Amino acid sequence: MTESLNASWPLWEVFVRSSRGLSHVHAGSLHAPDATMALRNARDLYTRRNEGTSVWVMPSDSISSSDPDSKGGFFESPQGKNFRHATYYTKSEGVKHL
Amino acid sequence: MSFTSGDSATKISAGNAITPEDIIAAGEKAPEDVATYAMYLGDDALMLAQRLGHWISRAPEMEEDVALANIAQDQLGHARFLLSYAGSAWAKTEDDLAYFRGEEEFRSCRLVEQANGDFGQTIARQLIFSLYQYELFTRLMDSADETLASVAAKAVKEVTYHVDHAAQWTIRLGDGTEESHRRMQEGLYYMWPYVDELFKDDDLLRDLSERGIAVLPSTLRASFDARIEPILEQATLTVPDVPGAWGGDRSGNFSEHRGHILAEMQVLARQFPQGVTW
Repeated sequence: MTESLNASWPLWEVFVRSSRGLSHVHAGSLHAPDATMALRNARDLYTRRNEGTSVWVMPSDSISSSDPDSKGGFFESPQGKNFRHATYYTKSEGVKHL
Repeated sequence: MSFTSGDSATKISAGNAITPEDIIAAGEKAPEDVATYAMYLGDDALMLAQRLGHWISRAPEMEEDVALANIAQDQLGHARFLLSYAGSAWAKTEDDLAYFRGEEEFRSCRLVEQANGDFGQTIARQLIFSLYQYELFTRLMDSADETLASVAAKAVKEVTYHVDHAAQWTIRLGDGTEESHRRMQEGLYYMWPYVDELFKDDDLLRDLSERGIAVLPSTLRASFDARIEPILEQATLTVPDVPGAWGGDRSGNFSEHRGHILAEMQVLARQFPQGVTW
């Protein structure tokens, strides 16, 4: 077998919108030779039980992701910063309709 | 036709489609000639489902296993509707007709019985048969027989996707590598002798179509040709110039593969006619 026959199809990420008005949500990933076939495979794999009204696919390698090892610096710094939440603030006297 | 639907993009609720059980529950008894026609169509679907099911775990990629299995499930669904309805004429169930008829009692066309071969050969069969079914069901939606019309209306949505799947692969294989082109073209050569009989009329079909119940197959040929030719052209493939296979009614007298398919499909039901659980 030549190398090209052994090489498997590229990976795609699938996003499904379950109903009108909602966002597309990441559903999973799949292999496909190109974007057109990726959409068809997504339809076959992720909308088998009426899950979707719209599907997006994108090449997995075009996604940049945060580094799991830098969780502290990335995601833990908001801890204790209550002032970023609306509920931190008390209602001022004389302000109506809040 | 394109794979876009005019339906609203709002969510579809589950389970509002017609089911084979609905047909039984309706208690409609098909006239014998209509039942025989339903058997023609149902046996085609059943044989194709059995053939396609063989691809599970054997397709080029796992995603394609699922794609072909989905199509097989759709075809099995068509078979369940049509054979349930056909059986009502003779007080038989879909299982009686699927598992306990002999080779010469089936009425499938030979195209769907042809061997899977390689992936290209299977795609060639899919392209030809899905396009034929698309034309057929589009017209059968207007049948004077309400059950056939409602089955066709459900099936045509599924078959629209089967056409798209087969066309996409035909184009990719035909206009792909030298090897994929060769295999796709050979697949077409293998299947083409069985195209003519899809469009062959007989006395039953003529009679039923005059009464607005059946679609006369010969009247589907022109639109079939008009659809398949541009797909093959885009795929850089040629329409095979080969004579039709000899024989070609639905009697099974000329069928090389039917008995082998049935042997595998029916063995469990015939060995344990009371049913098995595990």
